[in-house]
Formats: sequence, structure tokens, C-alpha cells
Amino acid sequence: MAPRLALAIPHGRSVAVWMRNLRVWRRYAVPSLIGNFGEPLLYLLGLGYGLGRFVSGMADMPYLAYLASGVLCATAMNTASYEGLYAAYTRMTRQDTYGAMLATPLQVADVVAGEVAWCATKALISGVTLFVVAGALGAIPLAGLPLAALPVVLLMGLTFGAMAVLVTTLAPSYDFFLYYFTAFITPMFLFSGVFYPVDTLPGWLQAAVVALPLFHGVELVRPLFSGELPDPLAVHLAVPAIYLIGAFQLATVCLRRRLLV
Amino acid sequence: MHGRGLTKHYGGVPVVDGVDLELRAGECFGLLGPNGAGKSTLIRLILGLAPRDDGELEVLGRSVPDAIRAIRARCGVVPQQDNLDIDLTAAANLRVYARYFGLGGPAVEARIDRLLAFFQLADRRGAEIEALSGGMKRRLILARALINDPELLVLDEPTTGLDPQARRLVWQQLRRLRREGRTLLLTTHYMSEAARLCDRLAVMDGGRLLALGTPEELLRWYVEPYVVEVPLDGEDFQPLSQAPGCRLRVTGDTAYLYTDDPGPLVDRVRTAGFDPPYWRPANLEDVFLGLTGYELRED
Repeated sequence: MAPRLALAIPHGRSVAVWMRNLRVWRRYAVPSLIGNFGEPLLYLLGLGYGLGRFVSGMADMPYLAYLASGVLCATAMNTASYEGLYAAYTRMTRQDTYGAMLATPLQVADVVAGEVAWCATKALISGVTLFVVAGALGAIPLAGLPLAALPVVLLMGLTFGAMAVLVTTLAPSYDFFLYYFTAFITPMFLFSGVFYPVDTLPGWLQAAVVALPLFHGVELVRPLFSGELPDPLAVHLAVPAIYLIGAFQLATVCLRRRLLV
Repeated sequence: MHGRGLTKHYGGVPVVDGVDLELRAGECFGLLGPNGAGKSTLIRLILGLAPRDDGELEVLGRSVPDAIRAIRARCGVVPQQDNLDIDLTAAANLRVYARYFGLGGPAVEARIDRLLAFFQLADRRGAEIEALSGGMKRRLILARALINDPELLVLDEPTTGLDPQARRLVWQQLRRLRREGRTLLLTTHYMSEAARLCDRLAVMDGGRLLALGTPEELLRWYVEPYVVEVPLDGEDFQPLSQAPGCRLRVTGDTAYLYTDDPGPLVDRVRTAGFDPPYWRPANLEDVFLGLTGYELRED
């Protein structure tokens, strides 16, 4: 039979997949939340206070605020990636959660959509946690539009969640994810303007960074912290959205090939 | 369910090879076959869980895969491998599974209570999955497959790995489901299971259906009424091949003599110097071995 080439569009029922993950998360919510506080706190304290002593400010912002706006996006990226890689891989293989789902009216696109939405939800949870931590440390300028950064966190969570699920559908084992982190996530974390402005990088590296989604997340959040509108807004929204849509479509095709044989 | 010419290849090898199959509403249909016969693949094709390479298929009057969502909403599936959600309790497994069908609310809660009671799991509703025995897990999977009140229930080896007590409980529940008017399609290795549960059976091997009929028909068509089993202990079975009025099959250390009249044959075997033979009515296992061969299958 001819393979279907039409774009995959998830059904509203994919909410059931998201709800399944939420229900499981709620059982272990307290330790999970404590873990969420830990990492951003370390970044802000370790780098913000330590490095902040030597750096008076960056791009006309106090360094702690500069750092907080970048770490907010990086945290969303990391949280969504871990959920879409390790946790989703366990559900796909060892627990055969997807096998059970696919015996119901749920289709592959619904499972992928539910999983990606869940990755984004976890990214949002850690984003909010970071807000609380950073706010307590005085790293969030109240004069700006910091709350407008939360939709950006959600966008980062969706984008990196979709990319992580795509990698999961291709992964032969957990070890595979290390390559993804080393080749992709970690360089993005270091070079996307989380810690220092991208224009200090050599031109070729800047070009690479601009083609990747994290940079655009940082470029969206940072102006909002100082009360300005991101510019150009459309580009910074479009690049992550393209990654999101592309990764979602590919992940659906790959998961179908992997499970429905 | 109505399938014609169903075909599925893996790496150029046909695993399901032009199968025609029709299920009647309200019957229990058994699919028998050795490991690797293609039973599970055929089931996956019927459920739209694997794309077929050829053939036409309608399930519950709708075509697969076009109407797959609507079909699945009316199907219950018991997979071969336990895939309960180990992150959830027994009752939560049913509740979350109901959501996959878009079902929720007090009606589903009442149904969960009824199903847990029906499968004698009422006192385990809050139990973690890992704390359940193999039989309990299997019963919970059956309960899960019924959460949407399905018209067609598809069971891939529903009792594999269960002890005889648990198996009998599952049989009893499956018979009750059939009496409620549901259509059942099951695969099994156990001939006694097939004989007890199924209205009609198909024996499958090499991706094809070798025989199809009621258990009585299969016995009548494919095997003599009686079998004389002769333990061989390494002796030459050639003298047995001369015996009149019977058909000889040898596997491992046993010779099987299929016959209409076991009396004279038993005497003859005894006087020929073999160990005392044992005779019994032929059963589905004899039909199965006769159709699929006596050699050991490697998976």
C-alpha cells in the first residue's frame, strides 16, 4: 500500500497522552520539583555571583539578569530534552506504553503530539521554578515584561521536545543520546548567547548559532527582561517554529516506521 | 470481520501469505499455529497495527486503515506481552486507558469497579503493577481491553504463562463475554483452550491457513478417531509400519498409530515385543501435529 505523504495532524485526543504523563508526574511531583530548583539555582549562584563580580554588566543589563534570561531558555531546552529522550525512550521500549496506546483509537501523531506537549509542560514547570529562584535573587528586573518570557519558554519546550522525540524514535539505545547532547545540545548551550553576547564569536560560528533554535529563544527573552520588544520578532519566532514543525512531522514518520511494522 | 488475500512480507519473506478470513458476529474464533506461523502478524494486520502489503480488509463493517479510529473505538485488544502502565496503580491503568478512548466520568468509574470485580481484582485496585502476580496482570489486561465495552475482542495468547487455576478463570470469563454477544478472536498454543472456547478454528502455518472449521469438523476431516501411542525406547519402529488399518507417525521416542479401531492394533503392538501401548481418542493436538508437522520449531 502506498505510504501516506500527507502532513500528520494530531487529534484532540492526544490530550489523553499528555494527561497520562501529568498523572504519573503528580505522583512524584515533590522530588521532581526540588530537582527543578537545584540546577538553575546553581547556575545563577555559581556563575552570576562568582562571575558577576568581575562583569559589571552585559548589554546594558546587570549580569545576573542577563544570565537569568539566558538560563531560562537553556533550562527549558534541557528539561524538554531529557523528557523527550530518556523518559520517552523508556515509554517507547521497556514499558511499551506506546504499544498500549496504539491499540486504542490513538494514532502515532497523537502519541507524538501528547509527548511533545508534555515535554513543553515540564519545560514550563522548570521555567516557572527558575522565575521563582531568580526573582528571589533579585535577578528579574521588575521594570521589564518578564512574564511575557513564559510563552517563549513554552515554545522552547515544544521545539526541543519535538527534536528530542525525533532522536528517540531513531535511537537504538540510551547511549545514543550522549551523541545528541555532545554534538547538539551542549554546543548550543555554550554558544547561543546564554552567558555572553554572540557577536563575540567568529563569523562562521555566529552563522551556525543563528541557524539553531536556542539563540532565538534567548533573543526573544532578553529584550522582554528590559521591557523592550524582541526584534525582529517574526524571525525569532519562526526559526524555532520551523524546527518544531519539521521535527514533529519527522518524528511521526519515524515512530510509525518503528512501531507499526 | 472480513479479510481477503491478506499479505505481509518482512524482508521479502511472506509472513502472512494471502489469507482469506471471515469472522461471524458473536462467535469465538481461534487461530492455532506453531511459533512463527504468522498468527500475531495476522492479528496486527487485522487491527491495523501493521500496514499490509496486499489484500482487502473490513473490520466491524469499516475498511482498514481508513476508518481505523472508529474501528478501534469498538475493539478490545489483549496483547501477547504484558504492557500495563507500571507508573500507575491497577485502577489508574483502567482510568487512563479509558481516556485514550475519550471516556471518563462516573460511568467509567462504575465500569472500572465492575471490571475489577468481574476479574476478581477488586481488592487490588490501589496496587502497583509490579506487585501483581502474572495471573493478576493478565486479568487486569483483560479488564483493560473491556473498558470501552468492545464488540470485537482480539486476544493474542491470552493465557500464556498462567497456571491452570488462573487459566480456568480466564476461560470462564471469556465464555461469559461470548455469551454477552461479543465476537472473540484469539490465538493460542493450547489445544485444550481452543477446544473449550472456540466455535471455529483455523490452523495456520507458514503464513497460510491450512484448515478451517469447527473443532468437531477438524477432528472428522483430518484425523482418525483413535490414536495408539507406542513408546519406542530407541527400538526400530519398522515392524509397526506393516500394521494394517492404521497410519503411522513417529516423533522423537514415540510412534503414533492413527486408526478407526484401536483394539486389534494394541494386541498386535504388544505381541510384536514393544512396551505396552496406550490408546486414546484423537484430539485437536493430533490434528495440529498432522497439519503442521511433528518436528521441533526453532523460533
